[in-house]
Amino acid sequence: MSTFMPGRKQVEGSHAVAEAIALSRPQVISCYPITPQTHIVEGLSAMVKSGALSPCEFMNVESEFAALSALIGASAAGARTYTATSSQGLLFMAEAVYNASGLGLPIVMTIGNRAIGAPINIWNDHSDSMALRDSGWIQLHAESNQEALDLHIQAFKLAEQLSCPVMVCMDGFILTHAYEEVDMPSQEQVDAFLPPFVPQQVLDPSDPITIGAMVGPDAYMEVRYLLHHKHLQAVEVIENLRKEFKRHFGRDSGGLVSSYRADDAETLVLAMGSINGTIREAVDEMRDEGHRIGSVKLCSYRPFPLEALREALKGAKRVIILEKNLATGLGGILASNTRMALRGLNTPVNTIIAGLGGRPIPKKSVVRAFRQIETGEVEEPHFLDMNWPAIHEAINNRGLVKRRESEAQRVLRSVSGVEVAKPVR
Amino acid sequence: MKSQRLKFYQTGTFTVGNRLLSDEMRSVQATVDRNNSLNSGHRACQGCGEALGARYAVDAVMRATNGQAIAVNATGCLEVFSTPFPESSWRLAWLHSLFGNAPAVAAGVSAAMRVRGKKVTVIGQGGDGGTVDIGFGCLSGMFERNDDVLYICYDNEAYMNTGVQRSGSTPPTAITATTQGVGEHPGQEFGGGKNAPRIAMAHGIPYVATASVADLRDLEEKVTTAVGIRGARYIHIHVPCPLGWGSDPALTIQIARAAVQSGLFPLYEARHGRLVKATKIRRKVPVTDYLQPQKRFAHLFGKTPNVAAIDRIQAIADANIEDYGLLDSHEDPPISLQI
Ligand SMILES: Cc1ncc(C[n+]2csc(CCOP(=O)(O)OP(=O)(O)O)c2C)c(N)n1
Ligand code: SF4
Ligand SMILES: [Mg+2]
Repeated sequence: MSTFMPGRKQVEGSHAVAEAIALSRPQVISCYPITPQTHIVEGLSAMVKSGALSPCEFMNVESEFAALSALIGASAAGARTYTATSSQGLLFMAEAVYNASGLGLPIVMTIGNRAIGAPINIWNDHSDSMALRDSGWIQLHAESNQEALDLHIQAFKLAEQLSCPVMVCMDGFILTHAYEEVDMPSQEQVDAFLPPFVPQQVLDPSDPITIGAMVGPDAYMEVRYLLHHKHLQAVEVIENLRKEFKRHFGRDSGGLVSSYRADDAETLVLAMGSINGTIREAVDEMRDEGHRIGSVKLCSYRPFPLEALREALKGAKRVIILEKNLATGLGGILASNTRMALRGLNTPVNTIIAGLGGRPIPKKSVVRAFRQIETGEVEEPHFLDMNWPAIHEAINNRGLVKRRESEAQRVLRSVSGVEVAKPVR
Repeated sequence: MKSQRLKFYQTGTFTVGNRLLSDEMRSVQATVDRNNSLNSGHRACQGCGEALGARYAVDAVMRATNGQAIAVNATGCLEVFSTPFPESSWRLAWLHSLFGNAPAVAAGVSAAMRVRGKKVTVIGQGGDGGTVDIGFGCLSGMFERNDDVLYICYDNEAYMNTGVQRSGSTPPTAITATTQGVGEHPGQEFGGGKNAPRIAMAHGIPYVATASVADLRDLEEKVTTAVGIRGARYIHIHVPCPLGWGSDPALTIQIARAAVQSGLFPLYEARHGRLVKATKIRRKVPVTDYLQPQKRFAHLFGKTPNVAAIDRIQAIADANIEDYGLLDSHEDPPISLQI
């Protein structure tokens, strides 16, 4: 019997996700507060406390490291498990993140994507989940709150089918705190889609096994390959789940990639997450002006769908990657990965680094950058809406101002227009 | 607690023959149907106190729970020597995750058992490093939430698995790979370290006990008592390490006993933060009985013995004797003894 209200409603992204998680019947949830994911677990905590979500154990632990560690134990003991985190919290649990995938435990975790400090910053970019991109977790990026909600329901099925943990990434604040209309499925619908958890390995006193043994050079490579193989399998499973989900819920959600006005496009823009809405509007505007431009949304960042992405991008004369992370000294991480999908094709790939630390990404900046790339007038990578005078000033002052102020503070003062202090000698 | 005042001195080691005890008081290890939870064939060093302590502790858990137990192990010697893939010495459901998270993992197992309606005892175990240092946050959290976990620390007073480095449990003057026997104060400095069982008590958890491989019967009994209690429980077991301590493997028990009988490692039980029992010292020995057979303390006994340092260690032992009332002449410790 459902305690939740199915149907269309206007709710905060975090609450929509919390309800979708509850409908997925997790048995152990553990959490630690960090903005911007906190509303999700607060919502779940209230549901467990009131009995609306039952049977379920909610653990208020002392750190993110403990949060995921507790789920490692709970998952190995046969429970469906869930947690959520962001930014510093994800890094704090990093050791356990690798451990969970190495042990093949189908834990589902929401990442409310947020920048990483220093300088400390609570706003959105993808640095956090990117930092753990090769941890062996599947990483799915939601574009909207509806998709975030749907992906969580899919994530449990995906994780449990492969015995591999899944992160559902949703842009902090932009999605987590946005009120949008969503279509909430009923408990019966979710139950029909998502069967109860049957673990592939379990701690059971009546059939004792050893989990987490030490593996030496003789077998470690094979064990790692098997995890790699799960990701290769996941590419297929994710597409199948998209179809199955559509049959059950009547919506297209998830999958590997989705194209928009791409058929005859000479320029294709690739991005992950909520920015895809802005990009589609930019595409429409430029199409109206006669540009042959389209976009491709990447939902599954890990596994990285080399074939599907190559298929989606191969018709283009140029590919633009718009991404919210920075591999310092290198450029865009998604761009590097995409070049691998395009190897042998000679398609020029341009990178736009945008939105770091929550910097807004307005449509007009995006359109300007796309136009400049089409005419070949931009540097690679291009940093969208970068305040270059502030950068030049900071670089010029490097090594001169020795005390009292960090570089971050100096940049902030110069950006805010306050006179920069005379160099101290 | 069931007890029977027995004083048999026939073996010179205070060993009590099982046949003199009632059935339920007999050692788990003396029965043919013991579980052999940590089975033979593992790769611990000869005379390893940790292997011995774990064998007794986990077998006692298995008897007390009728085999309905799951163990979570921190990284460390106990994990490494027992599970070189594809072999395993563990004859119970066993999970190793990381070095610093065993208490949290165990708490998660316990939560899963509760939600799945299974009556299973969950134990966490680790070395002193995994417990009092890197896992301390998780341990404190597990205590504070009163999670239904029995956590056992095997204290060999250093990071043995990585080659004998100092931990927060390394005693003063002990030489380790990171507290070398050089300089003005060779070995570990005085004034460092932490008293994990007392900190456990400060959480007010239902049960805290210290135990030693010198008194395996007592160890079994404490484990059995702990299994009968719900909530967070902590047992801190002193386990000599011949490799790290530079001691003769044949002397493991003797050295452990000297720690107890000198007062350096007091044996006690506490409930809800209050001391309820301290085991009296049978025949008091000077701390030198404990220190001298160990190479990590050899620098104290050279041509010019470091009398000042030995005196300071003796003072620590004497203070324990005083605080816990470890000698027969003492009154039982005041029930409110708290830190
Ligand atoms: C995060 C992390 N840091 C360091 C290590 C290396 N390490 C493994 S076991 C160990 C020492 C274990 O010491 P202790 O817990 O006292 O157990 P013992 O081996 O002495 O029984 C260390 C430092 C690790 N595995 N993980
Ligand atoms: S190093 Fe010490 S603790 Fe480790 S196996 Fe050897 S004796 Fe046991
Ligand atoms: Mg140790």
